[in-house]
Amino acid sequence: MSSVSAESPAGLIPEYHLTRERLEAMYATMVLARKLEERMLTLQRQGQAPFIIAGVGQEAAQVGAGMALQVGTDYIAPYYRDLAMNLVFGMTAREAMLNCLAKIDDPNSFGRQMPAHWGHRARHVVTQSSVVATQLLHAAGIALGAKLRNDPIVVLTSCGEGSTSRGDFHEAMNFAAIHKLPVIFFIENNGYAITEKTEKAMATEHVADRAAGYGLRGQVVDGMDVVAVYHTVKAVADQARRGHGPYLIEAKCYRLWPHSSDDDDTRYRPKAELEEWTRKDPITVFRDRLIEDGVFSEEELDAIDSKATEDVRDATQWALAQPDPKPEDALGFVFKEAGDA
Amino acid sequence: MPEMTVIEAIRSTLAEEMARDDRIFIMGEDVEAGGVFRVTDGLSKQFPGRIIDSPLAESSIIGLSIGAAHYGMRPIAEIQFADFIHAGFDQLCSEASRWSYRTRGDSYLPMVVRTPWGGGVHGGQHHSQSIEAYYGHIPGIKVVVPSFPADYRSLLRAAIADPNPVLFLEHKRTYRLVRQEVEGAAAEQVIGKSRITRRGDDVTVIAWGLMLHETLAAAKTLAGEGIECTVVDLLSVQPLDRETILEAARMTGKVLVVHEDTLTGGFGAEIAALIGEHAFEHLDGPVRRLAGPDIPSMPYHHAMEDFFMPDAKKIAAAIRDLAAY
Ligand SMILES: Cc1ncc(C[n+]2csc(CCOP(=O)(O)OP(=O)(O)O)c2C)c(N)n1
Ligand SMILES: [Mg+2]
Repeated sequence: MSSVSAESPAGLIPEYHLTRERLEAMYATMVLARKLEERMLTLQRQGQAPFIIAGVGQEAAQVGAGMALQVGTDYIAPYYRDLAMNLVFGMTAREAMLNCLAKIDDPNSFGRQMPAHWGHRARHVVTQSSVVATQLLHAAGIALGAKLRNDPIVVLTSCGEGSTSRGDFHEAMNFAAIHKLPVIFFIENNGYAITEKTEKAMATEHVADRAAGYGLRGQVVDGMDVVAVYHTVKAVADQARRGHGPYLIEAKCYRLWPHSSDDDDTRYRPKAELEEWTRKDPITVFRDRLIEDGVFSEEELDAIDSKATEDVRDATQWALAQPDPKPEDALGFVFKEAGDA
Repeated sequence: MPEMTVIEAIRSTLAEEMARDDRIFIMGEDVEAGGVFRVTDGLSKQFPGRIIDSPLAESSIIGLSIGAAHYGMRPIAEIQFADFIHAGFDQLCSEASRWSYRTRGDSYLPMVVRTPWGGGVHGGQHHSQSIEAYYGHIPGIKVVVPSFPADYRSLLRAAIADPNPVLFLEHKRTYRLVRQEVEGAAAEQVIGKSRITRRGDDVTVIAWGLMLHETLAAAKTLAGEGIECTVVDLLSVQPLDRETILEAARMTGKVLVVHEDTLTGGFGAEIAALIGEHAFEHLDGPVRRLAGPDIPSMPYHHAMEDFFMPDAKKIAAAIRDLAAY
């Protein structure tokens, strides 16, 4: 592959149609997410956190999608693997660790939900439960509100391919298509729903094939390629903002880890398959490409890696020292007080 | 003073609130044309674009309302019959009710779900159900059960103003049956208060919806026989007005709870337990429940439907029995 000799006038690197700064942010966010989750797993193994669930293998999909949106304006209704997408939307490494450790200051749920159940009203991250696919309707509802108010926003909601069997997925697509709502249904197809491979959950080859049945457009994208995901989501988001209606994007990626810290994937996952996909690790692939294309030197990317390692170390040490919820913190906020609203 | 039916009370309040607050919109099946009970008649003309026909999918009606409320709108969802709300149970129970709790109030949902409930309309198993016990069990959702037009007005107004999800139950048999003189704007009323509508020394009866009206009819009959009843109009299942219930129980020492829902696990069980726990020393007899029989659903034929439903006669008999205890 040829190296990048010149940048376009706007600072865009031709092969990527992105600036160096944006590419750096992409890489740094993916690496930070990965290192955070590696550290979370260690904490879980050490008995410091009861449970973790991670997005390892899906960082390209999440960062590409998140960065294609207008942070601060657009909304995301993500799912439990979307740590990297949340980092794009403003979550800090320290907050991610507060969440992992269920500390009282975790802004997602203050220790009330299992880890990785994201939510932050001011950052436009919609609170999410464990019940898969319910958030697709919340996303469509937000888009309906935005349409009624003529607000030019886009709502991106994500879930796994297994979750697309639920009725809420179908009801959300149907409604969004009828009302031409600015929603992107972003399906992270990682090949598994816990132990079940995709063919046990659907007879079509792609989740994206289903979109046509509801009158919306659907598309498959290589979810291991952060740049491809970015441009796909960007184009769709721009259209949705102009009133072209909803879109389904299926990002083909892979769950490199077991379902969660409670799962033993050797029971059901062929070793060769895992090895094959490990070679396609989206972070390694992106890193190699950036170096090969001469966008960054190896040393520059090493520096980004080291910074992420340092941030994770700091976040972990800091979060471990933060206060836990008190028993009586279980009470309160069952109802919002009228004066608060 | 103008007389209003329950339907007119609801419709006029919807119109008043929509005129006042342009964040409010109504969504449900057939609502643009007025809905099957004509509650939203004329509103789509008055408020173009704000009365939205939904596809026939209850989970979506509630899930979309959650999203819109989170965004800052004031959705009023209509579920055509309470019997079909269960497809949206997940969205109400797992999502709406926990929105504030799981974010410590960072996020909250100012939304109303209106739905007609109750029997006595030859609706058979899926157009007659009582659902207050299912949803009253869920902390985080308010469940309101008015009986009189004026309360429909003031409680609907309060439900719309509330920053929490409110399930607003409308007894469909009373829609056109019950009238009341109603004057002026909907009154200020807080959700979570019951009302003692009649005071007497012998027996306390607690009821809601159609059963409240049947109870009042029974109480009138019994007054002629020298039995004086205290009657509590529950108005709200969640939050439950424990003080008023206990006050009314202590007044007579004898309590009957009446509901259409089936007996076992019906909301009367909660009320009876509350009284047993906190007013035991004031009781002169067992807390009794008059309720539907423990069969899966209301049968269709009128003979069996009448057998299922408590009414003024059955209530009067139960009160006489308790008075003699
Ligand atoms: C409604 C519901 N049913 C079951 C579960 C348990 N569960 C959690 S994750 C999961 C698999 C989801 O698979 P997929 O949608 O493909 O997402 P992935 O975990 O692969 O990212 C299941 C069955 C749940 N959380 N919600
Ligand atoms: Mg999956």
